Amino acid sequence: MINSSNPLWRYPSLSILMVVFFLFLYIPIVVLIVLSFNQNQTATIWTGFSLNWYKVVLENPNIIRATQNSLIVASISTIISTVFATLAAVGMAGKNFKGQNVFNGLVGLPLLVPEIVTAVASLLFFLAIGLELGLTTVILAHTVFCIPFAYLPIRARLEGLDPKLLEAASDLYAKPFTAFTRVTLPLLLPGIISGAMLAFITSMDDFVITFFVAGAGATTLPVYIFGMIRTGISPEVNAISTLLFAASLVIVLLSFVIGQKKT
Amino acid sequence: MKALLGRWALIVPAGLLIFAFMVLPMLLMALMSWLEPAQFGGVKWGQYTPESYIKFLFDRNLDDSLSLNTDYLSIFSRSFWLSLVTTITTLLVAFPVAFYIALQPPKRRTWLMLLITIPFWTNLLVRTYAWILLLRNGGLIDSSLSGLGLLSAPLNIMYTPLAVQIGLVYAFLPFMVLPIYTSLEKLDWRLLEAAYDLYANRWQTLRRIVLPLAAPGMVAGCILVFVPALGTYFIPELLGGSKTLMIGNLIQQQFGTSRNWSFGAALSFALLAIVLIFMLFYALRFRGKGSLT
Repeated sequence: MINSSNPLWRYPSLSILMVVFFLFLYIPIVVLIVLSFNQNQTATIWTGFSLNWYKVVLENPNIIRATQNSLIVASISTIISTVFATLAAVGMAGKNFKGQNVFNGLVGLPLLVPEIVTAVASLLFFLAIGLELGLTTVILAHTVFCIPFAYLPIRARLEGLDPKLLEAASDLYAKPFTAFTRVTLPLLLPGIISGAMLAFITSMDDFVITFFVAGAGATTLPVYIFGMIRTGISPEVNAISTLLFAASLVIVLLSFVIGQKKT
Repeated sequence: MKALLGRWALIVPAGLLIFAFMVLPMLLMALMSWLEPAQFGGVKWGQYTPESYIKFLFDRNLDDSLSLNTDYLSIFSRSFWLSLVTTITTLLVAFPVAFYIALQPPKRRTWLMLLITIPFWTNLLVRTYAWILLLRNGGLIDSSLSGLGLLSAPLNIMYTPLAVQIGLVYAFLPFMVLPIYTSLEKLDWRLLEAAYDLYANRWQTLRRIVLPLAAPGMVAGCILVFVPALGTYFIPELLGGSKTLMIGNLIQQQFGTSRNWSFGAALSFALLAIVLIFMLFYALRFRGKGSLT
């Protein structure tokens, strides 16, 4: 343990660096949020406080449709990927067995392969098997890359589990299935919830892969925002961007709070 | 045996899904890069040709002779260069930051790490957009500098390689801090005390003790920054304009305006191969010492 009153552990010049570092990290975000409340038509000159742009955003039918698409895609892919990830994590726990590394490699793949490569490969594949681009292809692609995000926290949680608890359950004549539903699952729940949240966030935020496999009818919120940015900056983009940022922030903080809770 | 079968039954759904919708598509992509492109997108099945790989380096003239064309090569080298500078910059910043955080009392550490995790998990597209507000002509950097009387003409940073560079460093900083912090968090600080007791100064302690122990985290961080930076698409698209294309933009063009799917597949496959070589190097060199995921 470090005794922080010891001058050996004090680096005053590092505190200056820390301030600069956090300013660099947060100034763009703060600027974006502040400007979203700007009354003015031009996006960067402050004239007065107004909620007008949020009203404009919430009345834009395209944004509402894109938000609905995003929520549909994120919900379905979160549910499927979390269920599959939970099963896989339980299957991978315990003694080592042959072929385990194959799955380790597979589950790491969506994290290692550059997004643009996944996007191109998925697009070509969907077109080759004759699947029409739309919500289905987006959900399929999202489910795949959400699996590792759901899997890793669950797996970490399982590793911290005391195997004696399961032994105790079987000593008390619990069948394996009962032991799983009454002992393992409740203990895993925080891991499953935080995995599901990470999967949800990742799906909500994805742009590159969705951009390639969405087709015309399945525009999600990030794809729509990208289109808006390309036509130019506007207070409307500031407002919708702030809303998307706020949504991710709420989920991150929730998952942080759940993660802080001890068993 | 029965238990093993049961375990496989649990793993197979997730494994099969990733195999069917990630591995098979990449194999198909590799195959398509060797097919003749059709005129308006798509490929001519069964007509194999190395043309897409030749196109990367050469132009085919009217008389079928080849002449060297370095346009694509220069986009690749620009991507390498921007990603390398990003990796080095983030490393230089992230190491002292992670070191500082590791020195804090536990509660403060958790809060500081949360502050670094928030940008990591919030939408990057939106955060890249925020840089347009800052960097563009007459944007916030321009107007605040001229407001202070430090600037008479606009800086013209937007749509330059520098703008892309700033965007990349901003986007990938958290990717570097997190793994370095993870390796420093587990550091046995008594080793440093021992070094000081043996009359090592701060620089020697840092170089001989902290840096070697933080090395696995630093290498993991470098890969976590370099690999996605190399394949980045919308940062150069939004901040760089048409003169600062990176590999990702070139690939996207093949499926947009250029409509040459075979070439797009070949470029993606080349990018994938580069990434796999890096991963292989990492796996062989640092096997078992810290992990990426």
